[in-house]
Amino acid sequence: MLAFIIRRLFQSLLVMVAVGFIAFSLFNFVGDPVNNMVGIDATIEERQRMAESLGLNDPFPVQFARFAANAVRGDFGQSFRLSVPVEDAIAERLPATLELVFVAALLSLAIGVPLGVYTGLHRNSPLSRLLLTVSLIGISLPTFLIGILLILVFSVWLNWLPSFGRGETVDIGWQSNLVSLDGLRSIILPALTLCLFQLTLVMRLVRAEMLEVLRTDYIKFARARGLTNRAVHFGHALKNTLVPVITITGLQIGNLIAFAIITETVFQWPGMGLLFLQAIQFVDIPVMAAYLCLVAFIFVLINLVVDLLYYTIDPRLRIDKRVHGQ
Amino acid sequence: MNTRAPVLESAGSAKAPVLQVENLRVEFPTRRGTLVAVDDISFRIDPGEVLGVVGESGAGKSLTGAAIIGLLEPPGRIAGGRILFAGERIDTLGRQEMRRLRGRHIAMIFQDPLTSLNPLYTIAHQLIETIRTHLDMSERAARKHAIELLFEVGIPDAGKRVDEYPHQFSGGMRQRVVIALALAAHPRLIIADEPTTALDVSIQAQIITLLKRLCVEHGTSVMLITHDMGVIAETADRVAVMYAGRIAEIGAVQQVILGAMHPYTHGLMGSIPMIDRDMDHLVQIDGAMPRLTEIPPGCAFSPRCKEAMPTCFSERPDLARVGDAKVACWLFEGDEKTGRRSEEANAAGKGSDPDAARLEAEANSDIADRAKERASAGASDIDRKTDEIEGRTATMADGTDDILVQVSDLARDFDISPPLLNRIFEGGKRSVVQAVDRVDFSIRSGRTFSLVGESGCGKSTVARLIVGLYTPSGGRIEFEGRDLARIDGRGEIEGIRKRMQMIFQDPYASLNPRWRVEDIIAEPIRAGNLLQGRKAIDARIAELLVQVGLSPLDGRKFPHEFSGGQRQRISIARALASRPEFLICDEPTSALDVSVQAQILNLMKSLQKELGLTCLFISHDLAVVRHISDEVGVMYLGRLVEWSDAATIFDAPMHPYTRMLRDAIPDLKMTGQDRIPVAGEVPSPLNPPSGCHFHPRCPHVEERCRREIPQSTRRDGRLVACHAFEEGRLPPSKSSIPDDSIRNPE
Ligand SMILES: Nc1ncnc2c1ncn2[C@@H]1O[C@H](COP(=O)(O)OP(=O)(O)OP(=O)(O)O)[C@@H](O)[C@H]1O
Ligand code: SF4
Ligand code: SF4
Ligand SMILES: [Mg+2]
Repeated sequence: MLAFIIRRLFQSLLVMVAVGFIAFSLFNFVGDPVNNMVGIDATIEERQRMAESLGLNDPFPVQFARFAANAVRGDFGQSFRLSVPVEDAIAERLPATLELVFVAALLSLAIGVPLGVYTGLHRNSPLSRLLLTVSLIGISLPTFLIGILLILVFSVWLNWLPSFGRGETVDIGWQSNLVSLDGLRSIILPALTLCLFQLTLVMRLVRAEMLEVLRTDYIKFARARGLTNRAVHFGHALKNTLVPVITITGLQIGNLIAFAIITETVFQWPGMGLLFLQAIQFVDIPVMAAYLCLVAFIFVLINLVVDLLYYTIDPRLRIDKRVHGQ
Repeated sequence: MNTRAPVLESAGSAKAPVLQVENLRVEFPTRRGTLVAVDDISFRIDPGEVLGVVGESGAGKSLTGAAIIGLLEPPGRIAGGRILFAGERIDTLGRQEMRRLRGRHIAMIFQDPLTSLNPLYTIAHQLIETIRTHLDMSERAARKHAIELLFEVGIPDAGKRVDEYPHQFSGGMRQRVVIALALAAHPRLIIADEPTTALDVSIQAQIITLLKRLCVEHGTSVMLITHDMGVIAETADRVAVMYAGRIAEIGAVQQVILGAMHPYTHGLMGSIPMIDRDMDHLVQIDGAMPRLTEIPPGCAFSPRCKEAMPTCFSERPDLARVGDAKVACWLFEGDEKTGRRSEEANAAGKGSDPDAARLEAEANSDIADRAKERASAGASDIDRKTDEIEGRTATMADGTDDILVQVSDLARDFDISPPLLNRIFEGGKRSVVQAVDRVDFSIRSGRTFSLVGESGCGKSTVARLIVGLYTPSGGRIEFEGRDLARIDGRGEIEGIRKRMQMIFQDPYASLNPRWRVEDIIAEPIRAGNLLQGRKAIDARIAELLVQVGLSPLDGRKFPHEFSGGQRQRISIARALASRPEFLICDEPTSALDVSVQAQILNLMKSLQKELGLTCLFISHDLAVVRHISDEVGVMYLGRLVEWSDAATIFDAPMHPYTRMLRDAIPDLKMTGQDRIPVAGEVPSPLNPPSGCHFHPRCPHVEERCRREIPQSTRRDGRLVACHAFEEGRLPPSKSSIPDDSIRNPE
């Protein structure tokens, strides 16, 4: 397992270097950083001094190394637009996004897995058919449309839930939505919007896996031994569906962070996605670079965790591979 | 949870049948109408009795088992009849009651031990869960019981191994665990669906012995479903032969195997190659079992039956009592119509009517005569054929004149080491499997040489090395005296490869499903540019199709329109297309049913004679090998341990491993002899035993065997790689004389 982790870490490192490189390239290819820093009427000398002080005249590898070294320490420079260090801007926005993603992922699992199990076990019941049809709609509607529809119904018509913003947040080490009623009310709609796609995915995946597993010999044998339906379905079948579900969910958490851009825009949720979008509008390259690196880092981290989870679930992957003959 | 099904209360009466199946009918509603997969079958199983159920694939054996235990998969359903367990009806029980019956009173064992256990739970977990579902036991007591069960099914070190996961057990051991699971709550009936089919012969013998012993000890009845007559002969008390969803014949195992009455059973028995005699030709039942959608009216066997009469095509024969057995065939039902008393009437009048006894005896002797007639007809057939063969020269190649293929010192390693990082951080070792380890043999032209051995012994690798699918890591392969590795010219080597063709095991996977049969067969012709012009190619395809027993019109069809046996014929036609001289057949019949296997074996034999082909035949089935080959090489863990002509090797096996294999073959002649129990399992090829690979299982092992690799010694026309043979301390072989006293060499 150690070898496995080392290999994974190495791969992760490669990914991060590649992403770092792309992020760094932004500075050189999208806009001119000096132009962004100085006024339009700056003289050529001023510009050159600026470039010198920013290290822009150094050879490329040196610049990249400096960028990487800073990035590792979490230093991405000043935001052009906000004129605060990028890391501060992100630190302020990160909790909002992470909480949103966390709630969305939780919802998708908490709803998706049971629905998947149900539709898998009762393949032909009317409710299963209904769920599958609805889920198809859920998958095919674009996120922003779902968000707008939800706002229309729950905020505009019913006036039950707020339509934008984080509402009241409480400082629990970070600004949190999860401890106050108002905060919770605010997070419901965006989280629902964000999770819908993943929910359908989880449900369909669990269903497909359930159907697959229920056909296996060990399930037949478990039934033939007279185990209760509960033991067969939830003890034997469900656990065997978990490996692929964990993979997909893991990957999807990364996607959720990425998709959050749209949801955050629709709900004016002050998270990283919104920050990134605004950064693009203003060609705020340090923010863009930092966002890229951060998202990539989270992806890599999740992947690592997912791989390690396999080991705990599936004994066949553990070190002890010996097969006894005699 | 020890709530007992009402069934148990009355289960006390020991004499009553454990299971009675009456007119059972299983249907599958489909879009195109209802398929009747099991049609009006009746049988019973007595306490402690083993009922064998044989039949070809799709005959409805598994469905019958599933119906009894209440595990028919929807939309399959019981459409008629009754099932009684210990006198109580169970086919009408509710889901919950049926569940409580399963495992507690009726247990089931499936074919594949590798997939029968949940990979994510330890053996202990699965055993304890099952025990506690049925018996009122604490976790601790259940664990103790679990260990006892494992011990009982012969798992060494059960106390420790109980906490391991299924993947840590070998196939044979897993089947033992499966049996332990089935026995966990001491059921009265076990339905075993092909429990040994997925196992190697030597393991198969062990599992059968185990199952038999446990059932005797516990008084458990068994319904043993299998397609293997040998297993039935070894194990069953009575046997039911199924054909196309019906029972063709049912009776005492002796009666059915030795004096088969139904034409299907009779043909089936004749189509099984025998390990202990030469037969030129197997009895052949033409055609294949009909699909469910096309079961003919009248007798389902009528299209294939050589004795069919007009009635057979219109009226369905019922299972009627004939002597001690029951047969569903018009040949044996005439008795009543011709004025003789039926068995039923005899039974009813028994005791009260002195005449009845006489009549009964008469009727029985009549039947016995008929069966005897058939048996002797078959036997004289065989005798004649044996005579024919007697004349052939069957000693090992001494001269070199007519050797087509010579393999010397052939070796092939596979490096399956874990990647470098794992080796560094986890202490993983470099591991190399010696799949083929210095193998020598030669094949004379026009002859068939077979390689036998259990799975993983390297026989398929040898085949692949010869056709060039792998490159050897050592040794030489010579074709017509030319070292294949030293032929430089690309054209030349291709020319030689064209003269060798290979036939694979799985007729389903080896044909491209999107191609028409004619294109499949023409492919080697076109690729090799052997014939020009459409006409010439078409003519050749037609010729090939006829040669393998198909019609030229079949060329237009696609592979899925053919049955397994027909597909194998297509594979053979394709292999023959380039007019090869050397055919390599890797388990060509192991995916086929016996009656179809007989057709293919007959076809291959006659083609070989006709075309003068040389064959390398690979199989794990000793009887098939005996039937098809002139010479045989036995492989064990990559090495050739014995090489001799077919009759010698099976009638008087020398190498201890060959003897063990030979002994693992169930005895179809029902001599009642006990077999020498086969010991142990094939060790992992990754870490083979030192010296002679066979030493941990060998009854003749001595110190030298553990140290030194035995070299082949030639004596009496055979090559044997064994120290004991070389030193002359192996007892003479016993099998040549049936009742030899030197059965157990210890
Ligand atoms: N779900 C199903 N739908 C339609 N037909 C089915 C279904 N399951 C089984 N059958 C058919 O029922 C027949 C009997 O099947 P069964 O599995 O009992 O055969 P078997 O004698 O056990 O054969 P084998 O030796 O291959 O195991 C076959 O023709 C099979 O195709
Ligand atoms: S009933 Fe007729 S067709 Fe059927 S097995 Fe008997 S003789 Fe043959
Ligand atoms: S060499 Fe020794 S261990 Fe091997 S088969 Fe011969 S007697 Fe047995
Ligand atoms: Mg079956």
